[in-house]
Amino acid sequence: MATQAISNPAAVHHDHAHDHGHEHHHETFLNKYVFSQDHKMIAKQFLITGIIMAVIGMVFSILFRIQLAWPDKEFPFLEVILGKWGAGGRLDPNFYLSLVTIHGTIMVFFVLTAGLSGTFSNLLIPYQIGARDMASPFMNMLSYWFFFAASVVMCSSFFIQTGPASGGWTIYPPLSALPKAMPGSGLGMTLWLASMALFIASSLMGGINYISTVLNMRTKGMSMTKMPLTIWAFFFTAILGVLAFPVLFSAVILLIFDRSFGTSFYLSDIFIGGEALPNTGGSPILFQHLFWFLGHPEVYIIIMPALGITSEIIATNSRKPIFGYRAMIISLLGITFLSFIVWGHHMFVTGMNPFLGSVFMFTTLIIAVPSAVKTFNYLATLWRGNIRFTPAMMFAVGLVSFFITGGVTGLFLGNASLDINLHDTYFVVAHFHIVMGCAAIFGMLAGVYHWYPKLFGKMMNDKLGYLHFWMTFISAYLVFFPMHFMGLDGVPRRYYEFTEFEQFKQWLPLNQFITIAAIIGALGQLLFLYNFFVNIFRGKKAPQNPWNSNTLEWTTPVEHIHGNWPGEIPTVYRWSYDYSKPGAVQDFIPQNVPFSETISSNTPEDFGYHGDETQFVHEFYQAKHLTVSDEQKAEKAN
Amino acid sequence: MSVEAVRMDQEKTKLNVRPKKFILWLFIVTSIMLIGAFTSAYIVRKAEGNWVEFELPKVFMLSTALIVLSSFTMHWAYISGKKLNFGAQKTALWITFALGLGFLGSQWTAWQQLVAQKVFFIGNPSGSFLYVISGAHAMHIIGGLVFLIACLAGVYKNIPQVKNVFRLELASIFWHFIDILWIYLYVFLLLNH
Repeated sequence: MATQAISNPAAVHHDHAHDHGHEHHHETFLNKYVFSQDHKMIAKQFLITGIIMAVIGMVFSILFRIQLAWPDKEFPFLEVILGKWGAGGRLDPNFYLSLVTIHGTIMVFFVLTAGLSGTFSNLLIPYQIGARDMASPFMNMLSYWFFFAASVVMCSSFFIQTGPASGGWTIYPPLSALPKAMPGSGLGMTLWLASMALFIASSLMGGINYISTVLNMRTKGMSMTKMPLTIWAFFFTAILGVLAFPVLFSAVILLIFDRSFGTSFYLSDIFIGGEALPNTGGSPILFQHLFWFLGHPEVYIIIMPALGITSEIIATNSRKPIFGYRAMIISLLGITFLSFIVWGHHMFVTGMNPFLGSVFMFTTLIIAVPSAVKTFNYLATLWRGNIRFTPAMMFAVGLVSFFITGGVTGLFLGNASLDINLHDTYFVVAHFHIVMGCAAIFGMLAGVYHWYPKLFGKMMNDKLGYLHFWMTFISAYLVFFPMHFMGLDGVPRRYYEFTEFEQFKQWLPLNQFITIAAIIGALGQLLFLYNFFVNIFRGKKAPQNPWNSNTLEWTTPVEHIHGNWPGEIPTVYRWSYDYSKPGAVQDFIPQNVPFSETISSNTPEDFGYHGDETQFVHEFYQAKHLTVSDEQKAEKAN
Repeated sequence: MSVEAVRMDQEKTKLNVRPKKFILWLFIVTSIMLIGAFTSAYIVRKAEGNWVEFELPKVFMLSTALIVLSSFTMHWAYISGKKLNFGAQKTALWITFALGLGFLGSQWTAWQQLVAQKVFFIGNPSGSFLYVISGAHAMHIIGGLVFLIACLAGVYKNIPQVKNVFRLELASIFWHFIDILWIYLYVFLLLNH
């Protein structure tokens, strides 16, 4: 084996330990690729399942975009692929609602929660904190298989008579609570609830594992404040999940009782066909409170891992320390805390007390502060950096762009008075697709491009990566930016054919424009799929540390081995952002390099000294001005 | 086995206990959030009116007494196990187990008393909530009983003392949690019905 861990004295024993690893664990196909308890394999399982779900969700969006753009045209291929739901080449209205619902559910939960957190928390937490594996590898495996089962149940709802759930991804009662309300409220809704129950179990097992691992299994020297920001982001994300998902579970339990046992938690005074239902005393608003108590933290569960990944990629590829490391941690903490006290901003138009509304408005607008801190820190990190535009870096910068664009419209929607006008219009669709859809998926793609060498030991094709980036970036803006104007005009979301209304007819050409942009964007993803899957087998072999990065995962051998490091786990001496440190030999110093080896670049701050530099004495410290002048002399001599 | 493999195995056994205990604490956090969601929903729903009042079943007093007593016997089991007094550990675990079953029986009687009062699961949410909350807690008791069975199985199979104490520790953390959880729920119901 050609690869050896950098500055790892035990690396010579690598082959030896590796072979024994095989003997010891009796790796069979089943426990290596299927029921694996290895965090790296589980990360790959999450990623590939997430990609498949993302493709399904994307195809759905193209189908309903076609309906929106050409509501009167017949597309015979729809009947071919959808059968009775595309009868006569026209999309069935009920099926349209199902597509919108399942698109939202898949993208929010299956791709950007499980696909993103599941992949990168599993891959990076043990690697970057220096652990052999997760706190409970068995629970980790269960977490993946619950997720897989949830995905199968969710997709299976497309193969039943009445079709999948169609009440929107927020499944508000009474549509979701009365099986007779619409076709999708029957078996489809039951499957949706079953799938989500499995999903919640999966998320909780994953999240509990991530928190326990980060707090208990860091390697020697890896104090909390030496952790890369990726780990901080995954850590806070897991905390959010552990606190928020049980509440969704309670909402779902009460909903199941209402649906199947006839209780009245959410139902009251409902008439179907002129006949009153027996349910009395329930409150549909109660469901919204419970749902959004999860639902709002959920959007941060989606975006925070992407922000963490971006911090790492931007610092690495700017060859600069991240600007404001502690400010980044505190802003993540602030977002985590605030996300639990803003759920009411989804409910401004439910007849909420205006005073309570103003409280929620206040807390909502405060979230702009930590978000802006993060944005400015990204920009300050880029500022005068020695930027390398790898595909991962392009996507990370793309995230910053979307985070700003979408964040600004969040300020509009957070205002209760403006929200009354904009609620349930395309303005909302534009806002959350940009800030949590595009930004989070860009973070995820950035992560895939950046850690692909670590995941598969191969390199992706850069040229295809750039093309993929520009097609995705441009088409995403072309799709979602115009929707703001539609929303300002009052165009309602979720409508099958809103261009039938006289006042919205003028938007038909724009709808066609958006759909064409969406199709181009979707075609761009084929490049990614090709690049991703083909290079697993045919890609160029990756070097051990392709991006000259500081974090611990790049000290492990390219070939995955059980336990990650062949010898001892490396000890950590410094934070992970020593890029372009003045006086250093290279423009990066990995975390496991001790200060005794970097005397020329050490600063008094490295030893916790913040006073007068000239007074500082330490065996591994060399007064800086001397070093610099020596170098300058040498330069002049040359 | 090579030196490295041995070292990795040692690292494993050394490290595994603390994170696993922590996992239990995190699971308790999720339980608190679940029950917290139910009780907050109760308050929110009650504030909206149309709320049928009824008497809480008297037998809840008995349930409370049983579960508090079982916490003491659980602690007795833990102390005896730690002191290698396995006979006492077995007795205490069996008593705890019986008290747990007694608690479930008492809750069942409470439900029957509710039905006798014409408070059904289906009907005004004030009654439904009581069933859901006490039912969710009963599920936790069943989980706690599983922990107790694991402890009993361990002590009868004579597993290593480190593991025995570890199981006892997990079981008693969880058992005290469900005890405190019930006291919270009972006080909550007394104050809010």
